[in-house]
Amino acid sequence: MYNFTFHRPTTVRQAAGLLARNPDGKLLAGGHSLLPVMKQRLAQPSAIVDLSLVEGLSGVELKGRSVSIGAMTRHADVANSQVLKDVMPGLASVPGSIGDPQVRNRGTIGGSIANNDPNADYPAACLGLGATIITNKRRIAADDFFTGMFSTALEEGEIIVRVSFPVAKKAAYEKFKHPASGFALVGVFVSKRGPDIRVAVTGAGSNGVFRVTSFEEALKKRFAAKSIEGMTIPATGMNSDIHASPEYRAHLVAVLARRALAKANA
Amino acid sequence: MANVSMTVNGKAVTGDVEPRTLLVQFLRENLRLTGTHVGCDTSQCGACIVHIDGIAAKACTTLALQVEGASITTIEGLAEPGGKLHPMQEAFREHHGLQCGYCTPGMIMSALDIVRRNGNNLDEHTIRDQLDGNICRCTGYHNIVKAIEAGAKAMAK
Repeated sequence: MYNFTFHRPTTVRQAAGLLARNPDGKLLAGGHSLLPVMKQRLAQPSAIVDLSLVEGLSGVELKGRSVSIGAMTRHADVANSQVLKDVMPGLASVPGSIGDPQVRNRGTIGGSIANNDPNADYPAACLGLGATIITNKRRIAADDFFTGMFSTALEEGEIIVRVSFPVAKKAAYEKFKHPASGFALVGVFVSKRGPDIRVAVTGAGSNGVFRVTSFEEALKKRFAAKSIEGMTIPATGMNSDIHASPEYRAHLVAVLARRALAKANA
Repeated sequence: MANVSMTVNGKAVTGDVEPRTLLVQFLRENLRLTGTHVGCDTSQCGACIVHIDGIAAKACTTLALQVEGASITTIEGLAEPGGKLHPMQEAFREHHGLQCGYCTPGMIMSALDIVRRNGNNLDEHTIRDQLDGNICRCTGYHNIVKAIEAGAKAMAK
């Protein structure tokens, strides 16, 4: 790891100030994506701004018909949140599938979505529920937030503060785990909130998380696995690596979408 | 260099470190607490697991400066001052939950976190599932699982 200067602000404003003064600086949340890439020297920030002492960035709260999750809330704490398990178990199941117990004890929702790893789980949940990402500057709809592999709509000096998820009556996540890394080879999040139906896919697309509009259309008639029986998506634009071909990933999208629909209706 | 202070196994410690110093390096090289191991250095094997404010974490993926002011427990902090082993350590000895021993400190620190999260009555499935973040190349896990089940029960006594 290359060296850097280390800062521990106690407010979001201070953190933003530190980023403004250190244009090559990076925010550090749980550190379980950033530190590994710094060790590999794929990232070499000049400054690290650790958010762990910033107050008010953690916790899961029910606010009206939304669940608001602080950016620094650890995966284990989201997975164990009784409030969330009561109102939307489909979302609560997502962080429980990330990495291993020690990773879940440190990793955070804000870090995960800011990183936008194409195989990460939270981007599918955000897009699959139509979440709103709340930063120190503005509110960004999930549909506008994830702009491509490892890239987001976040501007320089912009800090994710909370993520607000509308409570959907039906919501579920199904993932085909890579057996070694625990990352999603393919993961599909489905939800139905009134007329709003969403099918979001992570792990498969070479441009990161995406929605399957053909499935969403078909599900308008009836939100059930049967409605998309026999439907497929093209393999063009799917990821290809040693773990799976584009065709296999496309196949998994349909299989996992049907499983997620069955789970959401259970 | 930056100064860092924390509590390790109940003792206040301090040291001067480069910001890039990992917690596991600080423990091993500054404090000479070499019970915490570095296996893979990529947050996969779990040989470096310690407790940060009572919660298990991988010390190879944590900067020393990130835990300024925190309370750290390492494998050296488990036995009683007279040398009497912690019930979980005793269970690993009794059930021969190790061969080469390299992964053992991490296994034991992870086992204690499994008890924290799931209580003292653990079934085999839970233990195997929750050991996801620890890798052992010798034992095939069988005796480790037996040791954790017995250690968890012994801790309740």
